[in-house]
Amino acid sequence: MEFPRDLRYTNEHEWARDEGGGRVRVGITDYAQDALGDVVYVDIPELGTAVTAMQPFGEVESTKSVSDVYSPVTGTISERNPLLDERPELVNESPYGDGWLVVAEMSDPSELDSLMDAEAYEAFVSQAETE
Amino acid sequence: MTGAPVRTQGPDIQSGTIMDRSRAGRRAFSFPAPDVPEAAVPEEFARRGRPALPEVAERDIVAHYTRLSQMNYGVDTGVYALGSCSMKYNPKIAETVASLPGFQRAHPQQPDHTVQGALELLWRLERALCEVTGMARATLQPPAGACGELTGLLLMRAHHTKQGNARTRVAIPDSSHGTNPASVRLAGYEALHIPSDARGLVDVSALEKLVDEDVAGLMLTNPNTLGLFEEEIEKITSVVHNAGGLVYYDGANLNAILGRCRPGDMGFDIVHINTHKTFATPHGGGGPGAGPVGVTEELVPYLPVPSVERDEATGEFRLSADREDSIGRMHGFHGNFGVLVRAYAYVFLHGSDGLQEVGERAVLNANYLAELVKEAFPLAYPGRPMHEFVATARPLRDRTGIRAMDIAKRVIDLGFHPPTVYFPLVVEESMMVEPTETETRETLDGLAAAMLQAAQEAKTDPDILHQAPVTTPVRRLDEARAARHLKLRWS
Repeated sequence: MEFPRDLRYTNEHEWARDEGGGRVRVGITDYAQDALGDVVYVDIPELGTAVTAMQPFGEVESTKSVSDVYSPVTGTISERNPLLDERPELVNESPYGDGWLVVAEMSDPSELDSLMDAEAYEAFVSQAETE
Repeated sequence: MTGAPVRTQGPDIQSGTIMDRSRAGRRAFSFPAPDVPEAAVPEEFARRGRPALPEVAERDIVAHYTRLSQMNYGVDTGVYALGSCSMKYNPKIAETVASLPGFQRAHPQQPDHTVQGALELLWRLERALCEVTGMARATLQPPAGACGELTGLLLMRAHHTKQGNARTRVAIPDSSHGTNPASVRLAGYEALHIPSDARGLVDVSALEKLVDEDVAGLMLTNPNTLGLFEEEIEKITSVVHNAGGLVYYDGANLNAILGRCRPGDMGFDIVHINTHKTFATPHGGGGPGAGPVGVTEELVPYLPVPSVERDEATGEFRLSADREDSIGRMHGFHGNFGVLVRAYAYVFLHGSDGLQEVGERAVLNANYLAELVKEAFPLAYPGRPMHEFVATARPLRDRTGIRAMDIAKRVIDLGFHPPTVYFPLVVEESMMVEPTETETRETLDGLAAAMLQAAQEAKTDPDILHQAPVTTPVRRLDEARAARHLKLRWS
């Protein structure tokens, strides 16, 4: 299971990549996609939608269940992954790459500091696994 | 032994749909020449083209659908331990009763005095359901459990509206069935999730914190979706009542407590009943069902109309729409009458002692089976389950990589319908098993042996599980592809 070092993580299993200039790319983690199973539909908000840190902003539907996706930061949606409508399986195949969900313009970049780093998230996942 | 794999002869499903058997101009009927003048269909109602229906001989239609039915696995074929669904065997005597001409040929618009027997059946069934649930009156209109939920929530809304404030939210435990939040939204409320505690029961202290004057009520099953009895049920209902809310009993699991205890006595205000789960009417499968809803005296003024009333002086039954604050109709006429006749037959062929035994045997069978398989599939929660149990394939997955889905597919090859997997969502690798009350010990032993054999093979021969099923007309389906690329039409 992968935990890229350059990302920040939420306890709801989303990742956030700081792309500079207040932009942050958001997706669900390798652990999340594995737990969900085959993703069949991704529901993400329209451009310009305001999102709030740790509030649900979309849904990922797999053959097993439908799960809320939580926003790691507060801000506005400025990009949506255009590939997911046709190929939701990208979330499984490349959760940190082509399977990204949205880009948000953060209103408060310091919010990223409150998220877990890779090491902390890996420990969080391994704790969840042993429970 | 039940559940031997069905081998079919002749054309199989792969040979095509009924459309592939269609030949232009072929008919399953022939009308005699008309002996009255033909009337022209008004232009605005006339079809522009031919309907896209199969043109098939009767003989071919019967062959096609009989073949499909032989490929199927149903409650008449063997044990169907699909947890949460209560796939009960439907006793044939209920079919016989429902086919009596007086019931089958009655028309819903006949004058009351010509259908006294049918009205009396509805009147008696309503009273029997009220006795079983501890409610004052009931409506038989809702045509399915989910509609029963909506009816119950609309009654809740009507009550609060009458009090001057409809309120905005309805509380639901996190283990609940997906229909609950869907019904809440349909009734114009927001769902408020209540967490479960480590025992898998409602977290009462969390409930106390979350329930306020804005909460219209709580929806709950008992035993709950994990098959566990909510031991603090009286505390739970009083927490909601103290905030002015109502408590709704989702009848999904009423079959576990039949004759033992009653939702009304636990403090519930509204109860819906799934007649297919509690009284073994056929599962609708999209067809007719019945989801009667019972209420306390306080909520009777809001029940749907018409209701069946009896004139105490003459003993005559009549339909009455005399209920000023009624939420109105939930269905045409009296609901799905034929299903209600079957439920009535089931109630009265068992009697009160028999119904209690139905519940007890369902609980006994589930617990017997849980004990047999617990080594490989431990219970997800420590408490003693009731009519169904939630086990987990998590330890097996951690050791072997084999998942609940693989076990389910292998169980098919071993001749049984598998249990529910991946529900409820709060349990990882969940397997939800509900054998129901009608199965013999030999059948339960057979199902357990199949599940244990699959668990053993996970260690010795995992490839068999990855390949499964191999005995079915179609092999393992690509569920993800089916959902990603929806194809809902034959063309």
